[in-house]
Amino acid sequence: MREVGTGGARLLVVDDNKVNRLLLTRNLELMGHRVATAENGRMALDMLRREPFDLMLLDLEMPEMNGFEVLEQLGRDLALRDVPVVVTSSLEGLDNVVRSIELGAEDYLTKPVNVVLLKARVGASLEKKRLRDQQKELVRRFATPEVAQDLQQSGFALGGKHVRGSVLFSDIRDFTPLMESQSPEETIELLNTYYTLMFDAIGGHGGIVSQIAGDGLMALFGAPMPLPSHAESAVRTALEMVDLVELFNAERKVAGKTPIRIGVGVASGEMVAGYTGTQDRATYTCIGDTVNLAARLETQTKVAGRPILIDLATREGLPASIAVEPLGPVAIRGKAAPVDVFAVAAPSR
Amino acid sequence: MSALPIDLGTLRELEATAGADFVRELVATFLAEAPQMLDGLREALAGSDAERFRRTAHSLKSNANTFGATALAVMAKQLELGGLDSGRGAALDALAGEYARVAKALSESHRA
Repeated sequence: MREVGTGGARLLVVDDNKVNRLLLTRNLELMGHRVATAENGRMALDMLRREPFDLMLLDLEMPEMNGFEVLEQLGRDLALRDVPVVVTSSLEGLDNVVRSIELGAEDYLTKPVNVVLLKARVGASLEKKRLRDQQKELVRRFATPEVAQDLQQSGFALGGKHVRGSVLFSDIRDFTPLMESQSPEETIELLNTYYTLMFDAIGGHGGIVSQIAGDGLMALFGAPMPLPSHAESAVRTALEMVDLVELFNAERKVAGKTPIRIGVGVASGEMVAGYTGTQDRATYTCIGDTVNLAARLETQTKVAGRPILIDLATREGLPASIAVEPLGPVAIRGKAAPVDVFAVAAPSR
Repeated sequence: MSALPIDLGTLRELEATAGADFVRELVATFLAEAPQMLDGLREALAGSDAERFRRTAHSLKSNANTFGATALAVMAKQLELGGLDSGRGAALDALAGEYARVAKALSESHRA
């Protein structure tokens, strides 16, 4: 990440007037920033789309596209709307200040710009941007890209909505004895490698990781973004997970370590997706019968001796090219009637 | 024509913050650009282009303020707010006359 706190930030000065442009650039360069310039709003937007800037200083009165139009376009552009803007203008009237701020400008400086004020405002805006970047980085790290995007687009609200999708549960078989036979450091390293592989498989098929706990994880397909073939995506993920664990085991074998085995359960159908928790701490997840069934199916893999078990709704969403074997109706804890369970053939290798 | 066309305090402060050499270049830029703005005002008036008229007057006002050309800035501001009508009659000639005084004062104080 670029250092923007003390200087050396990348700034864009937008002004149609050459004297203003030169002077503002000079003052900002004397503060240690790197400055690029644009002569009108259209040029500015082009430049913002081409390269990243930490802050834009925007004149209002310009030919081609004026500052207000730039602010409006920025507000509609997901990729650009977080670029802080300090409006610099000698337009008469308080209403222009108000309108700029309402359109999302961070601050407003009257031209000719007072250098001390300029330094303070630019510094404050860059600091705010740095904090926002940090926040986004945190969200990105602790949420999936889709959830981060959903948060950015729709904002945060507790509560759910009904979605159709598939849920995948997986965990490592006999994890507790394995954990007891090795050092905590080795366990953490094992889990980190394991999760890296599993997250790749899940993300690669359009799923999101909803929860991880110990050696278990829960992934969603079809929420928060709809996924047309969620059942197939979930099952292909499961197959790839089993496949990746085999490759991982080959490495572990060479290092003289115990191989691991996983069990995966997939169920499809209606569920309620959304943020649950409190205003201060929440997680994006799904709840409902479908979720419970997926968890039960994962547990059932131990009994069935098959790595991947799915329900009928998932089975119906699969193409003929994915081989499944009906295991018949199975009594599942929490379900009054027996449930049709299918085993997905593990890839032969 | 009594007061100085340039507020020297403003100019000194500009030099103190941006550097005298830089201000010399900036003055040269202004002296190259401003005549185009004066022409632009006349063209906009002739073509009844109110938007261009306002924008050009605005730009001139902004630059005049930068160099402490207070009277020039006030005249330009009147045109910016007054629109095309305020530019009719002798207003643009008066503006050009004031600019000539400013340009003379600036070039004398910033001879390279």
